[in-house]
Amino acid sequence: MEMVNLKINGQEISVPAGSTVLEAARTAGIDIPTLCYLKDVSQTGSCRMCLVEIKGGRALQAACVYPVAEGLEVYTNTPAVRNARKVTLELILSNHDRKCLTCERNRNCELQTLADELGVTEIHYEGVRNEYDVDEISPSIVRDNNKCILCRRCVNMCKNIQTVGAIDTMERGFKTKVACAFDKSLGEVSCVNCGQCIAVCPVGALREKDATDDVWAALANPDKHVVVQTAPAVRAALGEEFGMEMGTPCTGKMAAALRRLGFDKVFDTDFAADLTIMEEGTELIQRIQNGGKLPMITSCSPGWIKFCEHNFPEMLDNLSSCKSPHEMYGAVIKSYYAEKAGINPKDIYVVSIMPCTAKKYEAQREELSVNGLQDVDVVLTTRELAKMIKQAGIRFNLLPDEKFDDPFGEDATGAGVIFGATGGVMEAAIRTVADILDGTSHSEVEYEAVRGVEGIKIASVQAGGKTIRAAVAHGLGNARELLNKVKSGEVEVDFIEIMGCPGGCVNGGGQPIVSAKDRMDKDIRTERAKALYTEDKNLPLRKSHDNPYIKKIYEEYLGEPGSHKAHSLLHTHYIARDKH
Amino acid sequence: MAKEAVIPFKGTAQQEEQLKSVIAQHKGQEGALIPVLHQAQEIYGYLPIEVQTMIADGLEVPLAEVYGVVTFYTQFSLNPKGEYKIGVCLGTACYVKGSGDILEKIKEILNLEVDGCTPDGKFSLEATRCIGACGLAPVFTINEDVYGRITADDVPGILAKYQG
Repeated sequence: MEMVNLKINGQEISVPAGSTVLEAARTAGIDIPTLCYLKDVSQTGSCRMCLVEIKGGRALQAACVYPVAEGLEVYTNTPAVRNARKVTLELILSNHDRKCLTCERNRNCELQTLADELGVTEIHYEGVRNEYDVDEISPSIVRDNNKCILCRRCVNMCKNIQTVGAIDTMERGFKTKVACAFDKSLGEVSCVNCGQCIAVCPVGALREKDATDDVWAALANPDKHVVVQTAPAVRAALGEEFGMEMGTPCTGKMAAALRRLGFDKVFDTDFAADLTIMEEGTELIQRIQNGGKLPMITSCSPGWIKFCEHNFPEMLDNLSSCKSPHEMYGAVIKSYYAEKAGINPKDIYVVSIMPCTAKKYEAQREELSVNGLQDVDVVLTTRELAKMIKQAGIRFNLLPDEKFDDPFGEDATGAGVIFGATGGVMEAAIRTVADILDGTSHSEVEYEAVRGVEGIKIASVQAGGKTIRAAVAHGLGNARELLNKVKSGEVEVDFIEIMGCPGGCVNGGGQPIVSAKDRMDKDIRTERAKALYTEDKNLPLRKSHDNPYIKKIYEEYLGEPGSHKAHSLLHTHYIARDKH
Repeated sequence: MAKEAVIPFKGTAQQEEQLKSVIAQHKGQEGALIPVLHQAQEIYGYLPIEVQTMIADGLEVPLAEVYGVVTFYTQFSLNPKGEYKIGVCLGTACYVKGSGDILEKIKEILNLEVDGCTPDGKFSLEATRCIGACGLAPVFTINEDVYGRITADDVPGILAKYQG
C-alpha cells in the first residue's frame, strides 16, 4: 500500500494514500469534531465542524474531505480553528429546538456531545426557528424536523446506500428541510421502514414510533396473558445500552430482564427461525423438484419485502411464501400454545422484541393474522426494550443468566441464532436442505462463503446429487443490484437471501445507536455478528431439523412442513405497490 | 399533511408524448433532471405531481429528488397559472405604501394563497419583486393591466371587472 507522510500538530505520521485528514488525525490519536460526516455514508464537508488549518493554505479546510498529501502540515488545535468551530456550532444551535431533557436522544446526541466537548456554555445568537409538524403517521418511524440540523446523513443513507430515495432535501435557504416528495408523510410513500435513517441521525430528528406504553398497559392488565419473544440480533446488541462492549452476547441476562418486567412467558424467536427453515427449506426443495419459480428469495426481512413490493412487483412470485419468524411464532402462540396452555387466544398479547423498525409496520399487515387476530400485537425495538429495563430500575449488568420458557425449549439451535447476520438464513437453510436431500447428517455445518460483509456473496453447495446455487445480499442497494443482475441473466442462482439492512439484522434500524466516532473505529456489522457466531458454536444443536421441539410441534400439531395446517398458519402473500 | 392539488391535472396524450421524447433525449446524461424539468414546464406550464412522477420514472431517479430540485429553484412552479395572472409588487416602495394590505385583500376575496390558483383556473396570484413602477406605488398587475396608487378598499371593484 502506498503511504504518505505528513505532520499533524507537529507529530509525524504515515498513512495510506487517499486517506482524508480526518482519518489520518484519528490514527494519530487526534479527535476532530464532525456532524455531517459518516464513514461509508456521508462525506460532504457541509457542516464545517471539522475545520483545520493547513500550513500555507488560504482558509480553514474541512478535514473530512481534505485528502492527505506528502509533506502536508496540519494544525487541528489553533485559536483560529477553535474559534471557527465554536462559532459554527453556536450558529447550528441558534435555531435548534433545544429541549434536550425531553428529547429521545438525550445523553446520546452528537450535537449535545459536541456542545459539551467544545465548551459551549452560552449561545450568542438567537436564530429564528421554523416550526414543523411532527410526522407520526408511519407505524414505524417518527420524523421531527424541529430537531433536524440538515446534516443529510439520513438522505444519503436512504438514497445512496438503500436506494429507496423516500426522503430528500426540499426548498432552500431558511426554508430548507428534509422531507418526502410533495410533503407527504413517511407513511404514505415508498419508505420501507428499515429505520437506517434513525440509525444514522446524529440528533433526535428521527426515532421509532414508541410503543412501550402499550406494553406497560398490557403488563398491568390482569386479564392479559402477555408473551414476549426476542429476535436473534437483539441479544447481540442489547448489552451496548448498558455499557457492555459491542459484540457481547447477553442472551441470559435479557431473558432474566424480561421475566422481571413481568412477562408471563419469555420465548425465543430462534425457535421460530428453526420453524422457518423447516418451511422455507421444504418450499425450496419442492420448487427445485417440481419446476417451481426460481430463484426463491427469503422473506424474513419486512423492509426488503416492502422494497420488493414497490420496486420489483414482477418478482413477488419469487418470494418465499413463509411469514417472517416472529409472525410464525405469533400464529403458533395463538393456536398451538393457546390450546396447550388452555388460554383463549383473544386473551394472549404477543410482544416481539426486534432489532427492526420495519417489523412494527409488518405486524399491522392485515394478511398476517389468523382467525381475525393479528399474529403479533406489538413490536418493540432493542432500544425500546432497553428503555423499559431502565424505567423498571432493573440493574441489567447484575442479572443472572436465565433460560427461555417451555413448551418451546430452553434453547433453540445455532441455526436459529445466526439468522441475525447477513448470510445466516442461507447458512441455516443449507444445513437443513443438504441433510434432507442427501438423507444423512453432515458433520460440516459452517459455510464460510456466505458469511461476512461483502455486499453480494455467491456460493454453491452440492446436495442430493445437485448443485444448489445461492446468492446473498444485504442492504437494499446491494439487493437492487443483485436482482437487476438476476433479471438480466448475469447471475443465475436457485436461492437468494436478502436482508434489508447493511450487515443484516445485527445492524437493524431498531438497534442501539452507534455514534459516527465509534463507526470510524469498528464495523458494527462484523462486531455484532461475532456474538451470534460464537453462540452458534457453543450450542449443542446447530441444525434446525435437529431441534426436538420442532419435531414435537410437527408431530403434535402441524403434521409435516408445508402441510395444509402449516400453510394456513405460517405462510402469507404479497401485494404489488406503486413505485413512489 | 400532503398538499392536495387544487386544480385537476388536464394533461393530454400529445403532451405526454412530447415529454417522453424529451426524457428519451436526456436519459443517461449527467445532470439530465434540470433540462428535462425546464422543458416539461414549457410543455405543461407547470410541474404537478403527475408530471414529476413521469420524469422520476423516465429518468429513474427518486420522486423526492425531483421534488427537491423543483422546490429549490424559483423558476419551477408547482401550480398552474390562471387565465388572469395577478402580480402584487412587494418591492420596497410599494411595500411601504401598503401593498401588503392589497395582497391580503386579494387573498381574502379570492380565497387564494401566494403562488396558488383558484379551482376554476381563473386567477393565479404571485408576490413579485419591484416591477419598476415605483412612481405609482402601491402597484399590482392583472395580466397586462397595471393598477397604481390604490388602497385595499379599491381591490373588490377592480377584481369584479374580471370575475364576471
